[in-house]
Amino acid sequence: MSILIDAATRVIVQGFTGDKATFHAKQMIDYGTKVVGGVTPGKGGQTHLGRPIFNTVKDAVKMTEAEASIAFVPPPYAADALMEAADAGLRLVCIITDGIPAQDMMRVKRYLRRYPKEKRTTVVGPNCAGIISAGKAMMGIMPGSIYIRGNVGVVSRSGTLGYEAGAQMKALGIGITTSIGIGGDPINGSSFLDHLMLFEEDPETKAVIMIGEIGGPQESEAAKWVQENMTKPVVGYVAGLTAPKGRRMGHAGAIISAEGDSAAEKSEIMRSFGLLVVPSAAEIGATVARALSRAG
Amino acid sequence: MYSIDCYETLKASCQTVRSEGRRHCGKPMDIHEYQAKELLSGFGVAVPPGGVAYSPEQAVYVATELGGWHWAIKAQIHAGGRGKAGGVKLCRTYQEVAAAAKSLLGATLVTSQTGAAGKVVHRLYVEKAEPFVRQLYLGLVLDRKIERIRVIASPEGGMEIEEIAQDKPESLRQEQVDPAVGLQAFQARELAFGLGLNIKQVSQAVTAIMGCYRAFRDLDATMVEINPLVVTKDDRVLALDAKMSFDDNAMFRRPRVTEMRDAAEEDSREARASEFGLNYVGLTGNIGCIINGAGLAMATMDMIKHAGGEPANFLDVGGGASPERVAAAFNLVLSDQNVQAILVNIFAGINRCDWVAQGVVQAAKNLRVPLVVRLAGTNVEEGRQIIRDCGLPIIPADTLAEAAQKVVAAARAGASP
Repeated sequence: MSILIDAATRVIVQGFTGDKATFHAKQMIDYGTKVVGGVTPGKGGQTHLGRPIFNTVKDAVKMTEAEASIAFVPPPYAADALMEAADAGLRLVCIITDGIPAQDMMRVKRYLRRYPKEKRTTVVGPNCAGIISAGKAMMGIMPGSIYIRGNVGVVSRSGTLGYEAGAQMKALGIGITTSIGIGGDPINGSSFLDHLMLFEEDPETKAVIMIGEIGGPQESEAAKWVQENMTKPVVGYVAGLTAPKGRRMGHAGAIISAEGDSAAEKSEIMRSFGLLVVPSAAEIGATVARALSRAG
Repeated sequence: MYSIDCYETLKASCQTVRSEGRRHCGKPMDIHEYQAKELLSGFGVAVPPGGVAYSPEQAVYVATELGGWHWAIKAQIHAGGRGKAGGVKLCRTYQEVAAAAKSLLGATLVTSQTGAAGKVVHRLYVEKAEPFVRQLYLGLVLDRKIERIRVIASPEGGMEIEEIAQDKPESLRQEQVDPAVGLQAFQARELAFGLGLNIKQVSQAVTAIMGCYRAFRDLDATMVEINPLVVTKDDRVLALDAKMSFDDNAMFRRPRVTEMRDAAEEDSREARASEFGLNYVGLTGNIGCIINGAGLAMATMDMIKHAGGEPANFLDVGGGASPERVAAAFNLVLSDQNVQAILVNIFAGINRCDWVAQGVVQAAKNLRVPLVVRLAGTNVEEGRQIIRDCGLPIIPADTLAEAAQKVVAAARAGASP
């Protein structure tokens, strides 16, 4: 098992024919992902990478029975693409795009709530590296080769820091079930908490690592939930101990603006809720190994 | 009264208002008080009449045009706390206006929000002084916890919002805006009555609150702060000060706001970085950092600190680290004279290590400081080979820990020859 995606997941690509989408769609197909088509308005009826192109997400869903989408849509049109995907009934949308206006994401989040919880689309991202279920399927821009199949769940804000974690684990022979990048924006589609809940229910996942950064309340919220509800060991790391207050560190959401936003405070909160906190970024793999031995 | 939990989140958004007002780095977009007032008055928010001036002569001319007997001469910088720092002068004669303008223009103003270096005043706002009977606080912020716009008001205007949240938390009033329908007039009325205003003043305050909200929504702001919002003797409600910050990600659709960008207020290195699509934040240490990905960059800086060093900067070269970008990154990092060693840490996903290595080798010729390079990810062996064979004294590292230790050692060796 894994969460969100596996080898059977039928995936479409929104913004299919763009350069970046083409490059990454090829990588996804090579990895074994079931890419069944794509959407580029105005190019419906043509084919790309041997897959059909559709004008609308609704058409694509009707013809291909797609259940998930990965979107490579430029910032001005990204919110529209997400709402279109939700309205077409897709279960999952992963949005890679960096630079979407925060108020657009605010409206998208409100729009998703039109649908009852059991039919509501899960949005992963924006400004993220995507999702990979090792050895099964990849919906993202990560190098698939750095992950091996195993029993650790990874959820990370940052893309490259998620790679670093994957590589450190691989060096110790530790593999993953699924790795998810939730993205570095202040308002994102899904949170640490959303994915921790899924990992808790996944029988194959034995331990989880959550990789956060400065800014926002999500890490602390998730840590609290872990103590109250989670049976599996959770490892926590927060990047940005050296970040000064009030400055944006690359990611739009990475800014210390309120109490509890700093890396030191978040790490302390994680520790107080019983998470295994990684002492330094070089010890992510070693700490996960400790958590796994605890899980038995 | 609010429950403790609700109050805690409200307090957090008050702090967010403050930090939005306080930041002054390249990427986010701030504007001056006079520009914020110009925008807000377009949305119906009443402001005192005023005009901008770049010289004492212009200041006097604006004062004569405005008429009246009292004028406030206000230094225009992207930071609050100007009043206490002597950046606002009340004048009664044209001579006083000229003298105030002369003393402020070109002066460096150090306020509670500028940092120790302060900010140089290049322009002034000359405003007709309005006597008032009450000072209120009004702030709007995009609150990431509730993922909505939150409107905060207090009868304790004139104090900074942090102080209000600290000293008089019971005075805070707040409303959350449902993005599907926007702020409703009843919410603005509840806030206004909560401030203890009479019915004449309430209708004016509602106009101000609704105007600020519409400006926030229609201009993609992340923060609007009116402090103080004053009530005059004749029941008018005016924005005496105004601060706005904007979402840089939305500026593609806000040319009117983009025109208001003041390059003199922005860190020149950070502005130069954004031209190359790089994210740079200058810090005070001596180890220059060139890294791909914001999270990995922060983690690498933490590792440098862990190994006993201090990072000189945050720099994310982004996904496509082309040779041009890598070269620009090196130039930027080296323009900081404190830098005594550089660490390049690239985990290639979209990038290929061999391609990045070629860029690094090009940029590293004639380098004045030691360079440590750690490559990982796609095509790592080819990349490492290029670094080994280039004939330059580049120090290779395989892991994050090794890279941090080596660069700290190199900086120490360079610092004490």
